[in-house]
Amino acid sequence: MKPRSKIYVPRETSSVSVGADDVALEIAREAKRTGTNIELIRNGSWGATWLEPLVEVEVDGARIAYGNVSTSDVPGMFAAGLVEGGEHARRLGPIMEVDYLIKQDRWTFWRCGLIDPLSLDDFRAHKGFAALEKAFGDGADAVLDAVSKSGLRGRGGAGFPTGIKWRTVAETEADQKYIACNADEGDSGTFSDRMLMEGDPLGLIESMAIAGFAVGASKGYIYLRSEYPLTQSILSRALDVARENGWLGTNIQDSGFDFDIELHLGAGSYVCGEETAMLESLEGKKGIVRYKPPLPAHEGLFGKPTVVNNVVTLGSVPNIVNLGAERYSQMGVNRSKGTLAFQLAGNIKRGGLVEKSFGISLLELIEDWGGGTASGRPVKAVQVGGPLGAYLTAAQLDTPLDYEAFVEIGAMIGHGGIVVFDDTVDMAQQARFAMEFCAIESCGKCTPCRIGSTRGVEVIDRMIAGENREENYELLVELCDTMEGASLCAMGGMTPYPVRSVLKHFAEDFASSGDKP
Amino acid sequence: MVTRRIDKETTSEIVRQFGAKPELLVQILQAIVMRYGWVPEETIRQLADEVNLSRADVFGVVAYYHDFRTEPPGEHIVKICQAEACQAMGSRALTDHARKSLGAALHETNEDITLEPVYCLGNCACAPAVMIDGKTHGRVNQVRFDELVGAMKESR
Repeated sequence: MKPRSKIYVPRETSSVSVGADDVALEIAREAKRTGTNIELIRNGSWGATWLEPLVEVEVDGARIAYGNVSTSDVPGMFAAGLVEGGEHARRLGPIMEVDYLIKQDRWTFWRCGLIDPLSLDDFRAHKGFAALEKAFGDGADAVLDAVSKSGLRGRGGAGFPTGIKWRTVAETEADQKYIACNADEGDSGTFSDRMLMEGDPLGLIESMAIAGFAVGASKGYIYLRSEYPLTQSILSRALDVARENGWLGTNIQDSGFDFDIELHLGAGSYVCGEETAMLESLEGKKGIVRYKPPLPAHEGLFGKPTVVNNVVTLGSVPNIVNLGAERYSQMGVNRSKGTLAFQLAGNIKRGGLVEKSFGISLLELIEDWGGGTASGRPVKAVQVGGPLGAYLTAAQLDTPLDYEAFVEIGAMIGHGGIVVFDDTVDMAQQARFAMEFCAIESCGKCTPCRIGSTRGVEVIDRMIAGENREENYELLVELCDTMEGASLCAMGGMTPYPVRSVLKHFAEDFASSGDKP
Repeated sequence: MVTRRIDKETTSEIVRQFGAKPELLVQILQAIVMRYGWVPEETIRQLADEVNLSRADVFGVVAYYHDFRTEPPGEHIVKICQAEACQAMGSRALTDHARKSLGAALHETNEDITLEPVYCLGNCACAPAVMIDGKTHGRVNQVRFDELVGAMKESR
């Protein structure tokens, strides 16, 4: 009898959103009907989202990929000899030869797509928990040193040096410390946290345990947004797997180190992605931003020293421990070390996740990876860094992706989301939306954000209607100054970024807006 | 599936599952909404009592978060992403289409179907994205939207 053939179909939000569950079901049915002995594995996504649902079959150790598979393709694929990697219109060839993937620098996402996310054996066979074991051997100080030397900065958007944050918490005396993983990935155009949690959840657990060991925290929280129900289900199961096998709990693998993680859900508030609002929400309260200082590293969750890190930041740590800080810091440019998981979204032909060293240009990402717009029309604007990020023009796309280079042009990289718009976009409406979104999501604590955003919508509406356009232009600029200078957090403080960028580069759209359908 | 009947015992059971701690209020309310679809006034009173908070505290948290509806939704909930990546792929036109075909504005319910906005489902490379009864769908044009709504109605 022939050995069982391994067939991989992702169980990941995007893939499932375009039919992966149905494809998996159809493959199981067709295998049964044809008497084919298969093992169906629900992996994470490789991040080539435009090819989803992406099916792979393992043949002589190589994994042969078939892209954009629908249920109606499945019988034909079996007839074409799917389990031998047979020729078919959907066949792409070995996954490791797909251009979109091989040209990446996979540091944080290297297991994503490769392994069965909920199999401890598969995880262990791919260096899973090796970094935690190494950390136990090297000691907390060595881990803190490695993270500092790597140059890793916060991938949630703020870009604060992770090593300094960890060191601060480690050196703060307290009876209890916490690791709070920020998985409230609310920026439009971003999904890297979700992909990592769905594709390598045990990796996140390992990362949090390393952080806990390094700073002396015995408890971790993952604050996951409620818009990610599939992620919740995968993470919950992964936490159980880790607990059942002694990788969470007391005296982990006889190391003497205790660490456990609680999964908490958000409730649809964007501002809870701001670290202090997230801490409030984790304490069961309204997600209202706190004044800083005190910094969360000194007084965070329940008033205790807390490391607040984004999912991707944490996920970058195991390989820094495994391979050394130097390997990481050799990648990237200037003060932007290592890699970022860029996310190509919106009107783009080949959308997905591209993990690449800093320094690459937007143009390379959008053209070489993204293949231009999905509509085939020219690019008019690109919003980088979520709803608080500036809109860039086609002429600015050669700017290298480097935190400081983006600050210089009044933009930000943020969490690495890249949203492409073609020439049919009405930029006046995009500026209006920036203010509207701020009005909807403001926590209400500070006046510039709470009131300014609503006034901003009104002023833009007057400009679009053609009322005293020049006066209102001045007023809007002043309003942006006030919000930027006097808001408590990035919500009100950075909403002006997209608005200003529209005023600067696309002002003509205020005149033509409203004329369009 | 959402159970519409509100009863004190179910609420108490949810509180017991989490533990009657004030810091778990958001988690408890999330479970209440998953069960009832909304947070009724009587539940706010009961939670205040059981979790040992003032009614104002509980009401404040309920009012703060978008997920905590204070009106009962329809049997089905259709959420359409209104954020930028979906805008770039025509979510505004899709939302207009949904409003017309469902006969409900955003935040409204018609024929037991509630239409709501959502700001990012993390499915930005498969825009526009829609969530129907808790399941995310991608690359949703008007034709696919009608098919999905049709299938949803049949699932009644």
